[in-house]
Amino acid sequence: MSAPAHHVDDQWPHEPEKATLEGRNKVIGFWLFLGGEAVLFGTLFATFLALRNQIGDGPSAAELFKLPMIATVTAILLVSSLTSVFAIQAMHRKEVKAMLNWLIVTVILGFCFLGMEIYEFVEYVHEGHTFTTSAFSSSFYTLVGFHGAHVAFGVAWISILIAQVRKKGLNLVTAPKVYVSAIYWHFIDVVWVFIFTVVYLMGKVG
Amino acid sequence: MAHTVKRHRGIMDWLTTVDHKKIGILYLLAGALFFGIGGIEAILIRIQLIKPMNDFVDAQTFNELITMHGTTMIFLGAMPIILALMNVIVPLQIGARDVAFPFLNALGFWTFFFGGILLNLSWLIGSVPDAGWTSYLPLASVDYSNSHGVDFYTIGLQISGLGTLIGGINFLATIINMRAPGMSFMRMPMFTWASFITSALILFAFPAVTVGLILLMFDRLFGGNFFYVPNGGNVVLWQHIFWIFGHPEVYILILPAFGIISDVVSTFSRKRLFGYSSMVFATVLIGFLGFMVWAHHMFAVGLGPVANALFSIATMLIAVPTGIKIFNWLFTMWGGSIQFTAANMYAISFIPTFVMGGVTGVMLASAPADFQFHDTYFVVAHFHYTIVGGLVLGLFAGLHYWWPKMFGRMLNEPLGKVTFWLFWIGFQLTFFIQHFLGLLGMQRRVFTYLPNQGFDKMNLVSTIGAIMMGVGVILFLVNVVITSTKPKNLGNDPWGDGRTLEWTIPSPVPEYNFKQTPLVRGYDAWWKEKMEGNTEMPAAEPVGSIHMPSPSILPFMMSVGLFVAGFGFMFAKDDFGNTALNFLFGNHLIAAFGLLITFGCMFLRSVKDDHGYHIEPEELEQKGVKA
Ligand code: HEM
Ligand SMILES: [Cu+2]
Repeated sequence: MSAPAHHVDDQWPHEPEKATLEGRNKVIGFWLFLGGEAVLFGTLFATFLALRNQIGDGPSAAELFKLPMIATVTAILLVSSLTSVFAIQAMHRKEVKAMLNWLIVTVILGFCFLGMEIYEFVEYVHEGHTFTTSAFSSSFYTLVGFHGAHVAFGVAWISILIAQVRKKGLNLVTAPKVYVSAIYWHFIDVVWVFIFTVVYLMGKVG
Repeated sequence: MAHTVKRHRGIMDWLTTVDHKKIGILYLLAGALFFGIGGIEAILIRIQLIKPMNDFVDAQTFNELITMHGTTMIFLGAMPIILALMNVIVPLQIGARDVAFPFLNALGFWTFFFGGILLNLSWLIGSVPDAGWTSYLPLASVDYSNSHGVDFYTIGLQISGLGTLIGGINFLATIINMRAPGMSFMRMPMFTWASFITSALILFAFPAVTVGLILLMFDRLFGGNFFYVPNGGNVVLWQHIFWIFGHPEVYILILPAFGIISDVVSTFSRKRLFGYSSMVFATVLIGFLGFMVWAHHMFAVGLGPVANALFSIATMLIAVPTGIKIFNWLFTMWGGSIQFTAANMYAISFIPTFVMGGVTGVMLASAPADFQFHDTYFVVAHFHYTIVGGLVLGLFAGLHYWWPKMFGRMLNEPLGKVTFWLFWIGFQLTFFIQHFLGLLGMQRRVFTYLPNQGFDKMNLVSTIGAIMMGVGVILFLVNVVITSTKPKNLGNDPWGDGRTLEWTIPSPVPEYNFKQTPLVRGYDAWWKEKMEGNTEMPAAEPVGSIHMPSPSILPFMMSVGLFVAGFGFMFAKDDFGNTALNFLFGNHLIAAFGLLITFGCMFLRSVKDDHGYHIEPEELEQKGVKA
């Protein structure tokens, strides 16, 4: 392979995630998978929008949501997206150490997000907003909970990848894995931006 | 890195295979199994309806039969046979050695299979889904369907739908990334194009129904309120979610048949497919419009005149690209030297039958008229003309056409023709008359009817037709058995008129498909070479060592895990009269155990690299590599 100037070294290609056929398959397959995920969340959003005013005897969105807290978790998740970008940039430069460190920061931020979300749900349950309270509550917990489950999966996944790269090093097999996990992380970040808007902001303004 | 990988034999070979041809055969076997079950259910339905006030089965059993018939046929009968042909044929048609994700391909099959088994175990456990294949609310809620029946439906279809979704992603990636040099998109055979668009529809339609099923499951198992009106739920929401999936699903079913018909008709007319690019365009357009018309199933719900009018027009628009296809097939045959093989008889007869289904479709698309037709046998006739007269005839055409490629043996032609006539006449007898039953006002999904409404004779005829179709299917199985005793002695191109790449390699196909990746120089690549006097495809690479993925038991285990978890969730609140069982299920320990298996296998897959193995050129020369 010829080595244009911007290559880090002769072995490390410009886009390691797409340097092998397996890598290219993985990346395209993962984008397709996210297409399906978009429909999945789209349907959950549609359900929430259809049911969000059916609060029955339970508390309303405006009574429940505390924006400062939500804004904080939003900021945490957005920053974690940024740190995963740094990780991928480090990967492209084959700076394994930096990449791992940025991934670790991403995972920690993911854990913070999850912790705060669990705290939030527990609070709501205390205020009489449980899964079975109303159509609003069922659709709220399902939409936000699905997102939370995705974050949890992502945290576990990236942690496993960190361990793998530690053990096997960064190569053309592990690079595509790290790359797609970062796309995944951005995706759940984007979904959260919609949740922040549709669930929380629209819930506050009524 | 020539790793020696242990090659399994016998049953283990099938459980661990990641070879797309073998997975195709597994899909075919599973599809045949479920098709058989659904067929028996159909015959029982027709026996119940053979005469007025019949008491062959009671109303509850009848509801179970129609629910399971529809669900089984669509999700577990038709889908896997489509996926069987896609698996075996698509990689060959694009000149690929393998699919993009062999491991996921196996996973897709096994999840599909275990989901289907879970659903059908409902018969053995004795609480069967009974709310119709559309599972409308509130009928499907715990209030009105208070057994585990509908739980089998929600959980079984979630698991099997996951498998189908994985299959769809695999084929999209395969077709995008794995085409041989020169095989541009506009040179792909029509079956591959149809599989491509069908896979895209699967990708965008199945997640919607998955969400719907999850919501219904949450309502039934965990006290959710999505469809529970007293707490603010909305039953029409289910209908929207179901049909946003449901209408694309009917095009998921029919597009592959369109593809098969295109390939078969053109092969046996010895002519290039007429209007290839318009065919591609029509396929894409149908796929797109398929997402815009779901509410035509809900005209009678009361969405209002504006919504009904818009969906009416959108629905009628689909007839335009469909018409383009019909004319292209006719013009392909025009002036061709047509051979009436069994495959081609199925294909040609598809055309008028499917037109009938399309015409009744456009009639139904007119909202005011649909108020009359809705929920009568007219609708039943419509969708059986499209599904049986369309898809099933297409599948039979495809099976007869590609059987030699899959198994190295030609199905018996005279017997195939007898089967065709039995099945085809039986089909017309069964369903033609149902149009009139519907117009006279006979309602679908009702377990019996009163005498002297003019229904009696027509129902008798319909039942006789159904039995003929059943005999036809049995004859097909006899043909399969007879064929399997014949020697495997076919050449690469047993029809002599093959046009596409699958006819350039041995039948059955060796595990690596192409010894050398072919170089494609035009549409109908193989025909083009034949016309230029060549006896094989030009190669795009020298003979070399071929990399193969290793077999793995993990896909099977992951699916078993989901299967166990499904049962765990379903029976969590049951009293078994046994403390140990109550403890295990009640604390969701069984469910957790199942999920642990699945995620554990996923973890193993992630951390263990698969180096695969190589088939070396010497081995290729010996031809002894058919594992
Ligand atoms: C020109 C094309 C088509 C049009 C305009 C059309 C139109 C319609 C309409 C309006 C209905 C609703 C009838 C009612 O419930 O009152 C319907 C039902 C149905 N159609 Fe079609 N259709 C077309 C093609 C197809 C195809 C290709 C298939 C399957 C391969 C199909 C399968 C079905 C099924 C399964 C139902 C009934 C679902 C149920 O209620 O159980 N249709 N069609
Ligand atoms: Cu439809």
